[in-house]
Amino acid sequence: MTDRSAIPLKVEQLSIRYHHKPVLTDVSFEVPAGKTVAIIGPNGAGKSSLLKGIMGLTPVIQGQALFFGEPLDKKRLTTAYVPQREEIDWDFPIDVMDVVLMGRHGQLKFWQRPNQNDRDIAEKALWDLQMSDFSDRQISQLSGGQQQRVFLARALAQQASLYLMDEPFAGVDVATEKAIIELFKQLKAQGNTVVCVHHDLNTVHEYYDYAVLINARLIAAGPVDEVLTKDNLNKTYGGRLSLLNEMTEQLYRSQLNQAHDQD
Amino acid sequence: MPSIENWILDLWIIATASLVAASCAMVGVFLILRRQALMGDAISHSVLLGIVLAYLLAGTNTLWVMLTGAVIIGLLTAWLSESLHKLSRLQSDASIGIVFTLFFSIGVILVSLYTGHIDLDQECVLYGEIAFVPFDTVIWGDMETGTDLGPRAFWLILIVFTLVALSIAIGFERLKTVTFHPSLAVSLGINITFWHYFLMTLVSMTTVASFDAVGAILVVALLIIPASSAYLLATSLKRMLWLAIAYSQGSVWIGYALSYWLDSSIAASIAVSAGALLALTLMVIQIRKWIQQQHYAKQLQSGESA
Amino acid sequence: MQGFEVYSDASLWQQTLEQLALFWSFEDVNATWVLVGSLLLGMSASVIGAFAFLRKRSLLGDALAHAALPGVMMAFLLSGSRDAEVIFGGALLSSLLGFWIIDWLPKNTKIKPDAALAITLSFMFALGLMLLSLIQSTDMPNKSGLDKLLFGQAAAITSEDIQLLVYVTSAVLITVILFFDKFRLIAFNRLYAQTLGVSVRFYEFLLALMIVLSVVVGLQLVGVVLMAAILLTPIAAARFWSHQLSYLLLLAGIFGALSASIGAQISYIAPAMPTGPWIVVSLSLVFFISFLVAPQNGLIKRYLDYRRLRHRVAQENILRTLHKLLERNHFKRNDFTVAQITALRNIQIQTLKQTLKQLQKQGLVRELGGGFALSEAGLRRAIELTRRHRLWESYLSQHADLTSEQVHQQAEHMEHILNQEHEEQIVAELMQRLSDPHGQPIPPKNTLEEQ
Repeated sequence: MTDRSAIPLKVEQLSIRYHHKPVLTDVSFEVPAGKTVAIIGPNGAGKSSLLKGIMGLTPVIQGQALFFGEPLDKKRLTTAYVPQREEIDWDFPIDVMDVVLMGRHGQLKFWQRPNQNDRDIAEKALWDLQMSDFSDRQISQLSGGQQQRVFLARALAQQASLYLMDEPFAGVDVATEKAIIELFKQLKAQGNTVVCVHHDLNTVHEYYDYAVLINARLIAAGPVDEVLTKDNLNKTYGGRLSLLNEMTEQLYRSQLNQAHDQD
Repeated sequence: MPSIENWILDLWIIATASLVAASCAMVGVFLILRRQALMGDAISHSVLLGIVLAYLLAGTNTLWVMLTGAVIIGLLTAWLSESLHKLSRLQSDASIGIVFTLFFSIGVILVSLYTGHIDLDQECVLYGEIAFVPFDTVIWGDMETGTDLGPRAFWLILIVFTLVALSIAIGFERLKTVTFHPSLAVSLGINITFWHYFLMTLVSMTTVASFDAVGAILVVALLIIPASSAYLLATSLKRMLWLAIAYSQGSVWIGYALSYWLDSSIAASIAVSAGALLALTLMVIQIRKWIQQQHYAKQLQSGESA
Repeated sequence: MQGFEVYSDASLWQQTLEQLALFWSFEDVNATWVLVGSLLLGMSASVIGAFAFLRKRSLLGDALAHAALPGVMMAFLLSGSRDAEVIFGGALLSSLLGFWIIDWLPKNTKIKPDAALAITLSFMFALGLMLLSLIQSTDMPNKSGLDKLLFGQAAAITSEDIQLLVYVTSAVLITVILFFDKFRLIAFNRLYAQTLGVSVRFYEFLLALMIVLSVVVGLQLVGVVLMAAILLTPIAAARFWSHQLSYLLLLAGIFGALSASIGAQISYIAPAMPTGPWIVVSLSLVFFISFLVAPQNGLIKRYLDYRRLRHRVAQENILRTLHKLLERNHFKRNDFTVAQITALRNIQIQTLKQTLKQLQKQGLVRELGGGFALSEAGLRRAIELTRRHRLWESYLSQHADLTSEQVHQQAEHMEHILNQEHEEQIVAELMQRLSDPHGQPIPPKNTLEEQ
């Protein structure tokens, strides 16, 4: 089993670009175990990209993320990712139960089918999110909040120790918001860690213990009370360093990174 | 008065067409769900080049040579479109269009240059030649004394059908995850590139096996249309697969009857029937939607008056 | 092996050349008209295809061309005539029907746009083929030649067809010139055009109509199956050469016209050959050549740029290493051996020797004693680089909260692309700083003169 005392997520000098534009440069931080962590920043600051880069969904040009001290490939089963809802085709012919069961696939070989144990776990996850009544519903018949809860149930079914969520609170109803907060408490009580991209500054204090402030680079990371200072928020929301950005873009455009490292 | 022999010929034709349609429908389901309908279009065109090159280079039309040639060209189409998209920053549909039109053109040029050499012409590129399928048979043993095992095209599509059905049955859960939510699949550690090219291999094999029966272009209709009809109705992937197969079989029977009645091309009639079934399905859905709306409007009215 | 012998026959070559000469002597009036027609078609299709490409609907033309087929067959079945106008009218109607289906399906059903395109394309084409097979099983007069519409056959074009071709393509080109600004606006930003009060629906329909017209009128020449390429490939090739829309259209038009005329010539020489595939092959050739050699974005140019950059980076790194050695020795000695250089910078001996040779050639480094020394010009360049490196380090550490190791790594890269202007900007943004985060002095601008 995973060593609970190890650092669940350590990001080292992560840099991501889109075409030649720098999205994130040299972001490093650590996340403590058993806490809820918010990743905060303005629109286009690279919050979702950071999460995707950590999960290996977006190519990273430099740096790495360590999960309990090891690279992702060795710790897949301990890490669950909840993507944004817009990503998928909600007309897809599939019902709620099947979506939640997908969370069990990390444990299964490609020819294996989920067994009764997997089903029990999925049912429990749905029950935790008050979605048991919907388990045979086709996903196109769900409301936005219910769709979000299905995604969360799927992550829960993975029985991970670290949960990475991309804006779980975006566009959900009050019932879902309560369900998510309840879920956070439950996960924390089990010693699990939750890292979320979060948009609403007003609720950071209420929902999270830790905060990571980014705007194309790391501004600050630490306990919410220490980090959420006026100075830091000014830095986060006060625009980017134009020269730094411009030069980083030129650096990528010229392929200098490769040229330099080949010697 | 149709003789027993004619009946047997018809039976072979229908059996071949059924297997072609069913294989296409199964593969098509994944193309539709993964939004790769155009890739299916592209590969089915390119495969012509694979077949022609296999003929010209290997000098035979053995099943395995044809399958290999087609799979190589099919995968090349997928890979080249993808690389072109990445390297030149063309939109992906544009790079698909450039690659497949080139491959198909070379295929057609080779066909018209070497018509005498290979057992192909422009006609059969377009329609296939399902009516002649029963005459090109596989013979076990000696040419003179061996047993006639039935049409070559039938055996080819039977092999491919079995492969496709087995692949889907075995890899069902993975294919479902990869298709429904690629980024989740990646985060679970599933190699989505492998599954992408695996699917492209199935598409290539299916189109080459369908080539004799329906030609290079009509196969697109069989790949896309029954699966689209099924997409409109299905509530689960399993049901969508069965529905697509059902639609494809319906198209074969109706199409065959149509061609018999009108004396038109069998392959084209099957494809047209698939389209007609889709149109019918759409019509039923639209009418149901309309009735529901009327119903709501009435309820709203009565609610207001009360 | 008979076929091969026929095609390598020397007399055939001679014959071919004679026929080409005849083609270009303009004595054959029909051939001349076919040439004019193909030039015009290539031009108009490529130009209108460019807008479809920019609207991100590259394969719309493909679907619309396939959709024209049942109209042609229906028109023939109903009227029994093969007049250019009748065929054109039928094709136009069914192509527009195809356009409507492609538009309607994703808006009103679950079916996605790519599937809608493929459904329309394959269904309409199948319908066309079914009608064609029906026609061929009847005993209607002048039914032969209808199947030439599939792959195109320039040699079979009548003068009536050519007339229509000239009218329609001219109309398309004139429309594009007239509405150029509107089309560009909509292609660039549809929503913005809407906020300006431009009737986007009207212009989109007009654009689609132009595509349909070009496609339908070109069927005889290019054929249904490969029409997609003549709309799409020219603009894709032109895009490597320019970023300005008017040049792009001009280039696409030239590429299209060139390829179409090649197809027409081949059809003249070998009448049994389908024209469409040859047009596509020549277009693809233009495309791949553009992709390789285009002066701004071509693959070869990109590779050369990259190689030049690698050499420069290696040279500048050596200059800076020599400067660092100079600093460490308190400017007391200035010649250093290869071993001393490699001790400070991780580089392969082979590469180092090559780079030193390059530097010597440029007069930046001299061979001195057993080692190498910076020349005056070399020293000036090295100081400049060191200054930029350390300025960038200071900038980063003041503004980006990074450790000194991280700062150094970034500056290692950045020093090579910072220029005079950036340097001034950094100095302005930095509070007075004389040393970098590691405590080493930032050489002032005119160090050499002071020393």
